[in-house]
Amino acid sequence: MIEKTYSGLCVTCDDQGYLSNLDQWNRNVGEEIAKEEGVEMTQKHWEVIDYLQEQCRKEIPLTIRKVGKSGVVSIKEFYHLFPKGPLKKSSKIAGIPKPVSCI
Amino acid sequence: MRELLILGAGTSGTMMANHLRKKLANDQWNITIIDKEETHYYQPGFLFLPFDIYKPSQVKKKIEKFIPKGVNLIKEKIDVIDKEKNLVRLQNEQELFYDILIIATGTDIAPDEIEGMLGDHWYKSVFDFYTFEGAKNLRDKLRLWEGGKLVVHISEMPIKCPVAPLEFAFLADSYFINKGIRDKVEITFVTPMSGAFTKPKATEALDYLLKQKNIKVIPDFNIERVDGKNKKIIDYAEEEVNYDLLVTVPTNMGDSIMERSGIGDELNYVPTDKTTLQSKIKENIFVIGDATNIPASKAGSVAHFESEILTENIKRFIEGKELNRDFDGHSNCFIETGHGKALLIDFNYTHEPVKGSFPLPGVGPLRLLKETHMNHMGKLAFRWIYWNMLIKGKHIPFVSATMNTAGKELEETTN
Repeated sequence: MIEKTYSGLCVTCDDQGYLSNLDQWNRNVGEEIAKEEGVEMTQKHWEVIDYLQEQCRKEIPLTIRKVGKSGVVSIKEFYHLFPKGPLKKSSKIAGIPKPVSCI
Repeated sequence: MRELLILGAGTSGTMMANHLRKKLANDQWNITIIDKEETHYYQPGFLFLPFDIYKPSQVKKKIEKFIPKGVNLIKEKIDVIDKEKNLVRLQNEQELFYDILIIATGTDIAPDEIEGMLGDHWYKSVFDFYTFEGAKNLRDKLRLWEGGKLVVHISEMPIKCPVAPLEFAFLADSYFINKGIRDKVEITFVTPMSGAFTKPKATEALDYLLKQKNIKVIPDFNIERVDGKNKKIIDYAEEEVNYDLLVTVPTNMGDSIMERSGIGDELNYVPTDKTTLQSKIKENIFVIGDATNIPASKAGSVAHFESEILTENIKRFIEGKELNRDFDGHSNCFIETGHGKALLIDFNYTHEPVKGSFPLPGVGPLRLLKETHMNHMGKLAFRWIYWNMLIKGKHIPFVSATMNTAGKELEETTN
């Protein structure tokens, strides 16, 4: 566990930078993580983030396929919004754990 | 009389029929198992078929052969599960009521999920080896192939037997060396994962082998489409990989019965409690093997361990007792590394594959996460164990359903 400060807020993350507690997240925190990841957030980006957080709260595991079928974005758009590893990148910005698509 | 219905007579369903016929009184419970197929395949053998290590006859037997006396086998396609009415409707309109339902319909490849994967090139320059047909056609292709770019590829996770694609790459290396054309073959392993395997510890050991065997890895590749005409695969980030021969593991999906019945997830897997194997659909529906959505490997060993725990839970359910939360995600698999050697890995929900000995702590004879000839012999011996013990529901000595931590250098899962 490491501690990081985003927009004046102290948050705990794992060693890869994924927040360990979604309750410590707010939009400003998300915005700053996005900057670190080189992503400029737009309305569409936030819609995806909202969707990911909602699934996470329901404890539904996420996959790229699931996001593509969510009605929020297509897989192609998802890649366009969060280039190179969209699910990992968007999960980090959303303050949810690293996706475990691997079993 | 009460009715217990099992959907699917593959590895899981057949094991459950054998276990439960011994446990449930004949005069109280009818057991019926339904499957449309004629043949029970030894699926781990599909890995060896393309390389002429196994003959087709060694991997197939009649389904009936393994259904115990006192269990009714119906060979028919299943239409839908009506969970409200506790009935299963078959395609011939027959309706079967149940008190307890076990879903063991497994998973299958769905090449039509990837744009351009099917087409004139299918079984000419693009192959799967997860079906009997695919493995046999690939064998015929390899016998005549003179070399070029071989791409071994995983479309998306989860897949049945997540190590099989790697084993395929390792065995291909051996095969082409033995044929004397390894210098004419370029082997590339393309995966949507960040590394060679789903678990970081095992990935370290496997990365070493991949380097040694001169197999190039392209990670984080999420395929969008196959361009069969120009022989390349393209991912969502527009990255392209060229091939002369593409051996792909298409998207894996559960049975379309789930979609028709409205009880599956987006890949037609059934939401299941990962410790009890009771479905989250209804309390009298249980799920086992590849048909579940639990975060364990889709593998025969997992199904075997699950079957012992599910048998106990079905008994407890009938007796009105609380279910045991015993399943720990235990998985155990041999990884063929070529040249008559294999690795063995053992892991569960919370523990990474580790070094040590198996099945007897400190003794072995098998070594975990280490490449040995003995492990390879273990893998070959497993075919006999499968046909003669495993699917007949006989306990395999020294191998427990939950993971044994003695004799292992343990490490908690980090991902």
